Amino acid sequence: MSNPQQLRYSKEHEWLSGAEDGVSTVGITEFAANALGDVVYAQLPEVGDTVTAGETCGELESTKSVSDLYSPVTGEVVEANQDVVDDPALVNSAPFEGGWLFKVRISDEPKDLLSADEYDAFSGSGN
Amino acid sequence: MSNAPRKTALDALHRSLGATMTDFAGWDMPLRYGSERDEHIAVRTQAGLFDLSHMGEITVTGPQAVDLLDYALVGNMSTIGPGRARYTMICQEDGGIIDDLIVYRLGEQEAGPVQYMVVANAGNAQIVLDTITERAAGFDAEVRDDRDAYSLIAVQGPESPGILKSLTDADLDGLKYYAGLPGTVAGVPALIARTGYTGEDGFELFVAPEHAEKLWQALTDAGAPVGLVPAGLSCRDTLRLEAGMPLYGHELTTALTPFDAGLGRVVKFEKTGNEGRFVGREALEAAAERAETAPPRKLVGLIAEGRRVPRAGMSVVAGGQVIGEVTSGAPSPTLGKPIAIAYVDAAHAAPGTEGVGVDIRGAHEPYEVVALPFYKRQK
Repeated sequence: MSNPQQLRYSKEHEWLSGAEDGVSTVGITEFAANALGDVVYAQLPEVGDTVTAGETCGELESTKSVSDLYSPVTGEVVEANQDVVDDPALVNSAPFEGGWLFKVRISDEPKDLLSADEYDAFSGSGN
Repeated sequence: MSNAPRKTALDALHRSLGATMTDFAGWDMPLRYGSERDEHIAVRTQAGLFDLSHMGEITVTGPQAVDLLDYALVGNMSTIGPGRARYTMICQEDGGIIDDLIVYRLGEQEAGPVQYMVVANAGNAQIVLDTITERAAGFDAEVRDDRDAYSLIAVQGPESPGILKSLTDADLDGLKYYAGLPGTVAGVPALIARTGYTGEDGFELFVAPEHAEKLWQALTDAGAPVGLVPAGLSCRDTLRLEAGMPLYGHELTTALTPFDAGLGRVVKFEKTGNEGRFVGREALEAAAERAETAPPRKLVGLIAEGRRVPRAGMSVVAGGQVIGEVTSGAPSPTLGKPIAIAYVDAAHAAPGTEGVGVDIRGAHEPYEVVALPFYKRQK
């Protein structure tokens, strides 16, 4: 498992892409997806919702448990991944690609987001 | 004694397979190897291989072994034929369920000593052992802790008879459901039982721990061409849930009698041994009467109309009132929908009852009431 270098990471195991036209993509890491097990239901924030860094904005349900989804940044949701709503298993099969969760126009971001190397060390998932 | 979870004889093998491990009833057990959904589907359609070495084996021998079991357990143990097995329960004096059990009658020979093996759930093995030992006072019988004497490997699923046949000369065609016979599998002495907890045809193999790795490897090699995969406790739980099988600590507890759990049929009042005396008899007669005339709650199945998953402890609701409680819930790979087992008030327990929901974190999600099981294999 390797965490893409170009992404940044939260300690709640979300990843955040670099902004394009002020919009970044958010997903959960492969480490988090593996820890959850098969995701069977995804409740994502809706377009127009305001999300706040470190606060819950949805939930991911797996065979064994339900987990809150946290936003790594503050901003307005501009798109939610309908493919994941229809087929939540994408979160397991392609967490960094087709399994992305939502896109957000960032108004503020915390200072403590991690680099890929820092997240590897934090999660022990870089090897 | 250390509090670190115990490891089975197959621990190194699970780790080499990349299993996600979990602490279950004091044992470090494989939860899943890859996708638990894929493991579930493999057991339904091909075969899965399980390490169940956490289960607790207790051997009962001696001239009055069967009298002891008739007294200590609720079933009629005298009627178990040689080489057969029986699903039964052990109850408190007040009728509360201590555990559900499978009792195997071993010792085929007419003249040989009669020997029974009681298999208890991992989390209850000690109390079951202590309780049977205590109830053995006055009986000419010996109760032996054999937890360390066995590893238990299960091969479950429609391909399992073919896989096992390729590794043994034992007469599997003559081995009925809920029967067991001693044999040799892959060169290893084993008690071969046609039992399981998945709703599929399958076998449970009791072997000495030093033979467990060899047997696991042989089953893996023989099963790979027909799709056998290692399977963890996560899919074991969804498999038994679909099959409507109760799990101790969820559907069964000391607060419930077998009659409350809809399993009154395991209680046999017409026992011949010990003049019909057995522990819990009076309380259970009252419980049987209550279940007949005024059942408080009934065990039902629930199928979600939406996609949120019910979990144990969530309230079942109707018309804004709490009418029951979920005891087990999971996404069902076979149905493609969330399912649950729940105790609900008798007035809402009939299949098709309208307006029943589950309170999932404050939202009342609609559910359909159905009879158990959710899944029955085609024979």
